[in-house]
Amino acid sequence: MNKLLKLSAVSLLTIGSFGVHAGIFHADTLKDVQAKGVLTCGVSTGTPGFSSPDASGNWSGIDVDVCRAVAAATLGDAQKVKFVPLTAKERFVALSSGEIDMLSRNTTWTHTRDTSLGLTFAGVNYYDGQGFMVQKSLGVNSVKELDGASFCIQAGTTTELNLADYFRANKMEFKAVTYDTSAQTKGGFEAGRCDALTSDVSQLAGLRSTLKDPSSAVVLGDVISKEPLGPVVRKDDNTWLNIVRWSLNAMIEAEELGVTSATIDNASTSPGIQRLQGKSGKLNESLGLSKDWSRNIIAQVGNYGESFERNIGMSTPIQLPRGVNQLWIKGGILYAPAFR
Amino acid sequence: MFIKLKSLLYDNEVRAIVFQILAVAVIAYFAYQAFDNMMLNIEQRGIRSGFGFLNDEAGFAVNDNFFLEYSPASTNLQAFYVGIVNTLVVAIAGIFFASIIGLIIGVARLSSNYLIRKIATVYIETFRNIPILLQILFWYSIALNAFPSPKNSINFFDSIFLNSRGLYLPKPIMEGEFYLVLASLVIGIVAYIFIKKHSNKKHDETGVVTNTTPHFLSLVVALPIVAYFAFGAQLEYPALKGFNFRGGLDLSVEFFALGFALSVYTATYIAEAIRSGIESVDNGQKEAAASMGLTQAQSLRLVVLPQALRVAIPPIINQYLNLTKNSSLATAVGYSELVTVFSGTVLNVVGQAIEIIILTMLVYLTISLVISLILNIFNKKMQIKGK
Repeated sequence: MNKLLKLSAVSLLTIGSFGVHAGIFHADTLKDVQAKGVLTCGVSTGTPGFSSPDASGNWSGIDVDVCRAVAAATLGDAQKVKFVPLTAKERFVALSSGEIDMLSRNTTWTHTRDTSLGLTFAGVNYYDGQGFMVQKSLGVNSVKELDGASFCIQAGTTTELNLADYFRANKMEFKAVTYDTSAQTKGGFEAGRCDALTSDVSQLAGLRSTLKDPSSAVVLGDVISKEPLGPVVRKDDNTWLNIVRWSLNAMIEAEELGVTSATIDNASTSPGIQRLQGKSGKLNESLGLSKDWSRNIIAQVGNYGESFERNIGMSTPIQLPRGVNQLWIKGGILYAPAFR
Repeated sequence: MFIKLKSLLYDNEVRAIVFQILAVAVIAYFAYQAFDNMMLNIEQRGIRSGFGFLNDEAGFAVNDNFFLEYSPASTNLQAFYVGIVNTLVVAIAGIFFASIIGLIIGVARLSSNYLIRKIATVYIETFRNIPILLQILFWYSIALNAFPSPKNSINFFDSIFLNSRGLYLPKPIMEGEFYLVLASLVIGIVAYIFIKKHSNKKHDETGVVTNTTPHFLSLVVALPIVAYFAFGAQLEYPALKGFNFRGGLDLSVEFFALGFALSVYTATYIAEAIRSGIESVDNGQKEAAASMGLTQAQSLRLVVLPQALRVAIPPIINQYLNLTKNSSLATAVGYSELVTVFSGTVLNVVGQAIEIIILTMLVYLTISLVISLILNIFNKKMQIKGK
């Protein structure tokens, strides 16, 4: 009896202390990532140009490059990334539960997501908008002509809400056919289940290029929403937020300074370039990173422009123009805060 | 006094109670701590909690909606109800057709006809051994590609249309004197039950069999329809306007693909349950039925099946539950049932995973418990009464 009493007392104490301790936690994602030696990054299940795997399982895309930049900054090796493909529905739970260290999956920065999910957006790596792709045979030139049409959409996206908003505002009717992945929306569109497919303009180009007959579909000129896409982290770790935010900023800053992966190690007297190279300044200290963190990003991943051209630029099948995603000095809205 | 207490300590009954209370206390404490931790973490991370989101505007459209009022301006709670109704509709339709197919195949499996027996076996072995998700996707892609586009719909009397997007039926407009139609249906059913009882009594007393099918058709089917039109109600016909059919009742191709796949798959298990039930019936029963001059069909209906069902019902209950739970695989084809609408879209808009998943689980739990309750009552009725 005594033994049993002791046992239950001990177990109660153990559970009790577990309860108290588990409540107070100190999130240190950087330490966890460095201890594991690999960055776990949530990406899409396959969006050409943004995050998609090739036949041998190597991931590429501009979202993937943000993951790689963070890996280069924190681990010194852009290859040390474990990619976790997530559907739109799974992504936030995967991040807040700690399954992934960061999310870089063409995710729109919205008020609700930024303030009520316990997550924080670290920046914008692509300014997008919602557009429409229709069968060419319909002879439609504008969304306004699509009253009563069926739309293939991906579940769990802002697209679903924008579409409903737009049609309500214009007093038109529509039917939504909601699928889990963007590959399924394409399947539904090809089979004629819906008259139009709606998604971010950047994805439409990619999806259209993978249709059996790309010339059978046209992307309409209308853009009905703004979709700033960017990486997301948990709210409880400010240092980690800064690391992700400034890894992305380093890529944009490098393009502005005219530094590429080929020229990052060239000697330069420019103080800005020297700071980027880690040769002067102490930008690494407050982030808890080594001095060459930003140099590693540019050397291993490249600047923003390089990443853009390599993944979604005019020389790729996706053929997206820089548009607003151009540097501010060249008429776009990409603008990294001062790198000092 | 002290001695009394000590003897209490060694009293088996008292000890058993004490330990059970201790065990419950430990579990309750553990659950409380887990919950407390969760709430603390949610608060620390600034995640919204509570059920206030149910009254927020949903803001998205759903594809399938049978009876309820719903538009993007509706609340999340209404979206939740739409999800529940859609889950129930596909589950009930699935259970109905799976039972019919299962019964036919189960009986066919034991047929004396070689071809019928083998076809039933092949059916069971094929559909039972392919994952249900694959079957749903398979039937969906077949349906998408086999049926024509809306402009070339298959047209039945200009009132029913079938195309690759679904089946469009005329819809009764429920307004005005609709309660009178419902009343006539109730009257029809009550009258039929009365007639049926009377004919059963006549059969017991005189052995004369009365066919009650015409009574059924006229009272339960024709009477409400006549009442419906007599009270000036109307049908709303679907019509092609622009891209799609508008008006009428719209059964989407996703609904068909899911319902068909669930019925075909679950029917294999029900067929096996029926077969084992039939095999459990003593051969002497069939021989006795034959010696009394019953035809094979009569023997099956009146002697074999009632006894076979006793054995078959418990496993069939399980299959009904499985079918209901499997309906959540609809997310793969985009039928707007509970998981797609509520723990899919609403979860994403609102982001409150814990509350939404708990509500979803509660719905499935309730549906499952109700199904098993109903069937357990039925099962009790079917059991042999001890005399």
